[in-house]
Parts: sequence; structure tokens; C-alpha cells
Amino acid sequence: MHQFSSFLFLGGFLFFLSVLTGILPLGDPPMIIGQAIQNHGVSETGAANLVTAVVLGYRGIDTLGELSILFAAATAGGLVLATGKKKTQASADEDAGFIVKTAAELLFPLLVVAGLYIVIHGHLTPGGGFQGGVILAAAFFLPLLAKPSTTMNHNTMSLVEGFSGAAFIGIGLIGLFNHGAFLQPLLSKGVVGELFSAGTLPLLYLAVGLKVGAELAGLLANLNEEDDENV
Amino acid sequence: MIEWLLFVIVMIMLAGALMAMLMENLLAATVAASIVSLGLTVIFVFLRAPDVAMTEAAVGAGLSSLILALGLKRLGLWKLDVPSTAVKADAQEDGKS
Repeated sequence: MHQFSSFLFLGGFLFFLSVLTGILPLGDPPMIIGQAIQNHGVSETGAANLVTAVVLGYRGIDTLGELSILFAAATAGGLVLATGKKKTQASADEDAGFIVKTAAELLFPLLVVAGLYIVIHGHLTPGGGFQGGVILAAAFFLPLLAKPSTTMNHNTMSLVEGFSGAAFIGIGLIGLFNHGAFLQPLLSKGVVGELFSAGTLPLLYLAVGLKVGAELAGLLANLNEEDDENV
Repeated sequence: MIEWLLFVIVMIMLAGALMAMLMENLLAATVAASIVSLGLTVIFVFLRAPDVAMTEAAVGAGLSSLILALGLKRLGLWKLDVPSTAVKADAQEDGKS
């Protein structure tokens, strides 16, 4: 019965999707505000990537809300998962096989470089703090996957997370005191398309990237570590 | 041309979703669920949304399946070979409670 209703829902959803795709032409959004942002976004914020211009320039406080939601979720996860007791060496999992260990060593620097590139070039190319942060978290989780006996330093993770979150709010507060609006873009906009352009947007995205990366790496490490209580 | 490519990708995604629903091995179901995200990534690229495609690849295909797999490990369900009757009994108990 339960499976039948699932299939019924799936059929209805398929019908809905086919109707939607029949009406809309592919890749042609029916929006008006998009045109306005395309006309003025680059000149107003100095960011070549319009998505970053919206996420940090026009809707910076929404991004702060997103960050606080992520922070609350990661904190709740850590509260539930971390029981405080250290994993004993005897019950630690064995190291992974040769393929996983070699691949982890090989991929770690590449993933760190890719993640940092995506974070730092967030105002120029597609991507940004959230995407690059997740890649950084995956990079720092890889060694734990290869060698489960090693543990991640949670204090360092918390320090990075806290300082980057404070940096985001601090940049916003400087804008509030100097120009009368929270998260008002500061510094000169520079030449569009260069690395040092778009004012404070790259700094904000760097803070977002470090915060997301540290949070998610800590969450994954918590999930991985404390699995000895049901043994 | 692009419609046919999209059709193939959507079919692969549907197959992955069905497998995620019907598989008795929970680890395989997790992998099947990540196939859906992978197909969605390609579709986002076709829709000229590389930002969303990046997020979908990193979060949907990578992180969420990693979290599901680690959850399975914590619950003691990380098994490569499960006798089908045991899983069914577990599922029925879950349904009752």
C-alpha cells in the first residue's frame, strides 16, 4: 500500500514536470528583476560574477541568515553526536586499503587548491564561499577516511569557524558605522575582472568559505569518530 | 539534440531514484541517491547555472551521500552483503513503531 502511494506520487510528479517543461522554453526565465540586475549589477558592485553581486552585495544579510542556519545545524549535530568521551585506541577502525590511502594523499592537495581557488575567485567565476567551503571540508575529511585512527583537532576547527564568522559580521559593522548601512560594500571597486576588485566582497566570501569548510569538516569528523558506543 | 541528451539523463536519474527506493542494500541505495544528484548537476549545467551545478555536485552528490553513509555506519547498517530477510524484518519493525 505504501509503495503504491509512492508510485502514485511519482506519476503525478512526472506529469507535473512534463507540463512545466512543455510550457517553459529551456533556459529562459520569466523574470523582470533579473534584467535590472544585469544592467546595473556589475557597475554598482564591481563583481564580474553577478550571482556573487546578488548574494553578497544586494542580499548580504540573507547570506548572514544562511550562515547562522548552518551554524545552528552544525552546533546541534555536534551536540547530539559528540558524547565527549575519547575513542580508545583498541576499538579504532583499521586503516583503509592501499587504493583509498594513496588516493587520499594524492587528492588532498588538489582538493585544497581547488577549494581555495573557488573561494578566492568567487567574485569573478561561478562558485564562491559555499561551494568552495564544501570542497575544503571534503579535502580535510579525506585523511580521516583513509586513517580512522587519526583524529581531527576540533579546537582549531572551532577557532577558524568563530573567527571567520566574526570577520563577516565585523566587515558588516564597519560598513554600518562608516556608511550607514550593514554590509555596505567598502574599499574601491577596482577594475572589473581583476583578482583584487569588487571591494570587500572577496573578503566576505573568504570568511564564508572558511566558516562553511570548518563547520562541515567538524560535523563529518564528529559523525565518523564517535561510532564506538554501540559496539 | 540537447533534448535527447536531457531525456537520457532524466531516465538515468529516474532509474537511480527507483533503485534508491527499492534496493534492499542501504549502502547501494545511498549510492543510487547520489546518482540522482549527479544527473541533476549535468542538467543545471545545461540550464546555464554553473553555480547551482557546483553546489549540487559538492553538496548533493558528495556531502549528503557521505553523511548518509556515515549515518549507516553509526547505526551498524554498513553492510556490503545483507540477507534480504533481515532487512525486511527491520523495515517492518520500523514501520510498526
